[in-house]
Amino acid sequence: MRVWLSPIVLITALIGLCLAMPLLEPVFQWVQPDKQSVIYQRESFLFLLQNHVMLVLISATIGTLTAVAGGIFVTRKAGRDFLPLVSQIASIGQTFPPVAVLALAVPVVGFGEGPTLVALVLYGLLPILRNTLVGLNGINPAVREAAQGMGMSPLQVLVRVELPLAGRIILAGIRTSVTINIATAAIGSTIGARTLGDPVIAGLVNGNTAYVLQGAILIGLLALATDSLFEAFERTWDQRFSPQAAGA
Amino acid sequence: MIELKSVTRRFGNITAVDHIDLTIETGEVCVLVGSSGCGKSTTLRMINRLLPHSSGDIRVDGEDINDMDAQKLRLNMGYVIQGTGLFPHWTVARNIGMVPDLLKWPREKIDARVHELLTLLDLDPQTYSNQYPHQLSGGQAQRVGVARALAADPNILLMDEPFGALDAITRENLQLEMLRIQRQVRKTTVFVTHDIDEALRLATRIAVMDQGRIIQHDTPENILRRPASDFVENLVGKQDRGLKLMGLRPVRDLMTPHELPRPAEPGADGLNEEDSLRLALSVMLWQDLPQVAVFNTNGEETGVLSREILMQGGA
Ligand SMILES: Nc1ncnc2c1ncn2[C@@H]1O[C@H](COP(=O)(O)OP(=O)(O)OP(=O)(O)O)[C@@H](O)[C@H]1O
Ligand SMILES: [Mg+2]
Repeated sequence: MRVWLSPIVLITALIGLCLAMPLLEPVFQWVQPDKQSVIYQRESFLFLLQNHVMLVLISATIGTLTAVAGGIFVTRKAGRDFLPLVSQIASIGQTFPPVAVLALAVPVVGFGEGPTLVALVLYGLLPILRNTLVGLNGINPAVREAAQGMGMSPLQVLVRVELPLAGRIILAGIRTSVTINIATAAIGSTIGARTLGDPVIAGLVNGNTAYVLQGAILIGLLALATDSLFEAFERTWDQRFSPQAAGA
Repeated sequence: MIELKSVTRRFGNITAVDHIDLTIETGEVCVLVGSSGCGKSTTLRMINRLLPHSSGDIRVDGEDINDMDAQKLRLNMGYVIQGTGLFPHWTVARNIGMVPDLLKWPREKIDARVHELLTLLDLDPQTYSNQYPHQLSGGQAQRVGVARALAADPNILLMDEPFGALDAITRENLQLEMLRIQRQVRKTTVFVTHDIDEALRLATRIAVMDQGRIIQHDTPENILRRPASDFVENLVGKQDRGLKLMGLRPVRDLMTPHELPRPAEPGADGLNEEDSLRLALSVMLWQDLPQVAVFNTNGEETGVLSREILMQGGA
């Protein structure tokens, strides 16, 4: 249970800070004495946080499902032929900077949340896909042969043996993907998605450091909270499926 | 009964198994022996259909395996794999209970069976049931691999170098255990090894393989006495044959029995009825004895073995 303590504290801090930001007006006044408004007010921070999290959540769900399904497909007999191609895309795709992905999405999908989502899904898919392949290919062939040779159906081999064994690495891929996408979603503000990046962009445009700080602090806190959430997940996973890693 | 008729398996240009004919009778232990890459594992994998055969016929109890459901076929064939292949995320108990679980045995029956097998293989159930494979030594892991194959009481056992990569002592212990289990349960067994001594000890019949073909298929004694070719002769060790033949026969065969078993004198040492003649010779040479006492498993002296008789009739 202790593993969940730190994510709970961080999430509470994040929501608390969103609500309590106006109370910090004197502090930001001191940071930015020459501006009248020092607290970003176009949208509430809670709304921006919510929107930001939704974008990341939706893209992570779609990305995970697609990437894991794809990874499974190309490691089956029927999909083997595509394995080299897919592995290549998974590793080359990640050398693209996120901004470029966003910029490319606009002419295709237009402004707003839509293109951001598309970019997040495409970009977030790659680390998950790569890790799914690494995880599935890393399984000791003797283990797979034993499972099959002793009478498991292909589905049973996948669900009872392969996924539990590869799951830890896939989970690490999802963690990377989500972490990157929290940052990428913030940049989505430049193309009209409403996220915690908004105050940052507004602050930069108007020369208001206070706004920039507010956005940046919240994004940072969100990233930390998410990361510790994954940490807790991974610990729990280890206890369940990876006796070696858990030191059982 | 397992019958292979003119079975061939090709991998691209390589012919891994080349028109082999092999019949393994029910209850028999057939040992496939030969050097690395000669097609032993491939033969085994064709029997449980992990690899399809390129041509020929494989029948189990008269039925063509290609007409059977692959999973059903495998569920009735215990498989011990080269390099154990235990599931690292499962406890020892769950590993062993895997096939019974697939067969949907009730929980209590599986637990009881796991307990029974751990005891049979000399692993304390209390200690090992809840351990994970990485906590086991190599020898313990191999035992668990054997237990897993035996779990659902299959009629057929396929064992691919189950005792490979073990030290000589552990290996010998496991071989003895296997002989003991085989006496109890009599499974039709195909056993792969490249260790000729292991083959001689365990087999009812040995199939010597070379480059995908079966060179000779015969009892251990005949393989030693009448090797079919130079290859087989070299494999069994030309000069070593006398001792190896002695290794096949138990002391009981040549001992002079007492009329009634006698209680042993305290501190008396000697041989067991089940020990090999080879061991008997070694003991006599080392201790420079003209004869040794022979004991049964209850520790009673049942006879003596003299050096003279051993030299005359040993090989
Ligand atoms: N999946 C495969 N693809 C291609 N060639 C293979 C495959 N499996 C086996 N072979 C080839 O078939 C031949 C026989 O292999 P096999 O594994 O049956 O040997 P083995 O007798 O079990 O050897 P070892 O004692 O080393 O286990 C070898 O030349 C090997 O390279
Ligand atoms: Mg082999």
